[in-house]
Amino acid sequence: MSAALDPIRLRAKLAPRALAGGALALVVFAALNVAIAALVVSGALDDQWYDFRDLGLGVQQLREWLDGRTADQPGWLTDVLRSTTWLSYIVTALLGATGILSFVGGVLLVLIWVERRLIGRIQVRRGPNRVGPFGLLQPIADAIKLIQKETLIPVGADRFMFFLPPVLVFIPGLLVWAPIPWAPHMTYLDTNVGVLYLVAIGSLATLAIFMAGWSSNNHYALLGAMRTVAMMISYEIPLALSLLTVVVLTGTAQLSAIVEWQSVHNVWIGMLLPLTLFTFFFSSTAELNRTPNDIAEAESEIVAGFHTEYSGMKFGLFYAVELGNAVAVSALVAALFLGGWSLFGLQEWVPPYLVFAAKVGAVYFVLVWLRGTLPRFRLDQLMAFAWKYLIPLALVQLALVAVEAALLRRWEGEGVVAFGGFILVNGLFTVVAVRGWARFLGYAPEREPLLRPMLTTGVGGIEAADRMRTR
Amino acid sequence: MESTGVIIGFWALAGLTVGSAALVFVARNLLHAVLALVLSFMGMAGLFLTLSADFIAMAQILIYAGAISVLLVFAVMLTPLASRDNGNSLFALPGLAIGGAFALLLMFIAVDVDWPELRGAALAERAFDDTIAAIGRSLIDRYAFAFQLASALLLVALIGAIALVREDSER
Repeated sequence: MSAALDPIRLRAKLAPRALAGGALALVVFAALNVAIAALVVSGALDDQWYDFRDLGLGVQQLREWLDGRTADQPGWLTDVLRSTTWLSYIVTALLGATGILSFVGGVLLVLIWVERRLIGRIQVRRGPNRVGPFGLLQPIADAIKLIQKETLIPVGADRFMFFLPPVLVFIPGLLVWAPIPWAPHMTYLDTNVGVLYLVAIGSLATLAIFMAGWSSNNHYALLGAMRTVAMMISYEIPLALSLLTVVVLTGTAQLSAIVEWQSVHNVWIGMLLPLTLFTFFFSSTAELNRTPNDIAEAESEIVAGFHTEYSGMKFGLFYAVELGNAVAVSALVAALFLGGWSLFGLQEWVPPYLVFAAKVGAVYFVLVWLRGTLPRFRLDQLMAFAWKYLIPLALVQLALVAVEAALLRRWEGEGVVAFGGFILVNGLFTVVAVRGWARFLGYAPEREPLLRPMLTTGVGGIEAADRMRTR
Repeated sequence: MESTGVIIGFWALAGLTVGSAALVFVARNLLHAVLALVLSFMGMAGLFLTLSADFIAMAQILIYAGAISVLLVFAVMLTPLASRDNGNSLFALPGLAIGGAFALLLMFIAVDVDWPELRGAALAERAFDDTIAAIGRSLIDRYAFAFQLASALLLVALIGAIALVREDSER
C-alpha cells in the first residue's frame, strides 16, 4: 500500500478538514434555527405556524394558488391561472412523482444497508462494515459493482422476453406508492377505488416474474416461476379478503379515508381485526417472496428461482424491487392497520408524514426480523396454509365484520364502548378460530410434541451468542 | 369529450388496444401472443379511465391483465408443444370469416342503437363521483338476483374443480 493511501495517515491528514466541515455545518444549522425562531416570534406565521411544517397543507395551498382560487393574487394572474386548469394537475403530478421517486431511491440506498446490518445482528455476525463509516457506503459499492458486470443472455433464451421483465417488474413497484396517504392532503392518487387499485397493481408483477422464468431457458428458473405464479394466485385471495374486510368495516375503499376513519375514531384497525392484520401481513410476505415464504427463489433448492440467469444490474433491479416492495407493504400495513399518519392526537405536534414514516420503519423492522429468524415453508405447506387455513378463517372474519359494521352504523352510544366490544369479540374470535380450526385440521401437540431447538441449546443458546457478541 | 387531453388519450389508447390485438393474431409464438393480449387489456382499462369509470378500469386490470392472463400462461405452460411455431393454423379462414361477421354485427348494433347522449348541463346533472358506491348499491339492490346467481355459479364451478382433481384416498 502506498503511503498516500495508508488509512491512518489519511485520517490524520483529513481530520482538521472534517472538523472544519463539522463546525461549518453546526453554524449553518444554528443559523437556520435562529431564522425559524425569528420567523415564529415576528408573528408572520401566526395561524399557520404549524401548517408551515406540514407538507400536505403546503401542497394544497400550491394547488389552490395554481387554480387561481387564492385571494392575494393580482387579477391578471388569476385570469391566466383559471384558463390553464391543466397547470395544477401537471405541477402537482410532477411534484408527487419526484417525491415518490426520490423517496424510493433513497430508501433503496439506505435500507439495503439497514437490512443487512440488522440480519447480521440477529444472526450474531457483523454485517457489512468496511466500505465507508459503519459500512454505510456498501449499497453504493454494490450498485457500482453490479453496473460494471456483464449481463449474460443464456443460449436459447427468448431475447426480447428476457430483456423485458426487470423493467416490467419495476413499474408496479413504483405505481404501488401512488395511493399511499402520507399526511392529510398529501396523497398522490387519492382515488376512491384505492384498495382495488392496490390489488390490481399487485397482480401485475406475476406476469413479469413468469416471463423472467420462462424466457431464461433454464429449468430452475422455470420451476421458480411456476412456484411464484402458483403462490401469488393462491395468496391473492386471502390478501383481497383481508382488504375487503377493512373496506367493509370503514365503508370506503379510499386509502386516505380509511386513515381518516381511524384518526376520527381514535382506534387502529389492527387492534379491531388482529386476524385480518395477520392474514394481510402473511399473504404480503408471500407476494413479496420474503422469508418465511421465499420458496420462489429458495437458494438451497432451486439456485435463485426465476432470476437464476439474470446477472449484473438486471439482477440488481430484481433485488431492488423486492426491497422496495417490502417497504411499500410496510407502508400499506401502517396505513391500513396501524392508523397511518394519525397517532391519537400526536399528529397535531409532529408532522404527520414523520409519524407515518416512523410506523413504516417499525413494520419494516418486523419484516427484517422475520427474515432473520424464520426458516422457509415447503411449497405444499404454503399452499395448504393459504387454501385450508387462511381463506376459510378470512371468510368467517369477513362475515363477522359485516355484522359489526352494520351494528356500528346504528350505534348511538359511546364510541369507546362499541370499539371495546369489537376488540373483545374479534380478539376472542381470533383465539378460538385459530386454535379450533388448527385442531380440526389435525394439529395435536399432545400427540406430536414440538421439537426443542436442539442445536441452539446444544452449543450454549443465548448465552453463547452473547459471549460471541462481546468477544 | 371536450378537452384535448382526453382526445389524445383516446386515440393513443385505441391505437394501443387495436395494435396489440392485431399482434395477438400475427405473433408466431404463443407466449408473445399472450403478452400482446395483456397489453390490449391494459389499453382497454385506459379507455375506461378516459370515461371516468375508475372501478371498471381497475376491475379490468385486476381480472383480465392480472388473473385471466395468468390462467392463459398456465394453460400454455401445461400444454405440450405450446411454444412451438404457431404460424400456420388450420382454422385461419373460418376464423377470419366468423370474426369478420361478428365485428360487422357489433358495428351494425353500435350504429343502429339510439344511444342516450348527454352533454353540458344535462351531463353535469346526472354526474356522480363515487362509481364504486353506485355499483355496489345496484349490485345488492336492483341486480341482487343476477349477482347471487353469478356467485352461486362460481361456487359450483369451484367445488366441481376440486371434486374433479381430488385424489381418491380411500383406494
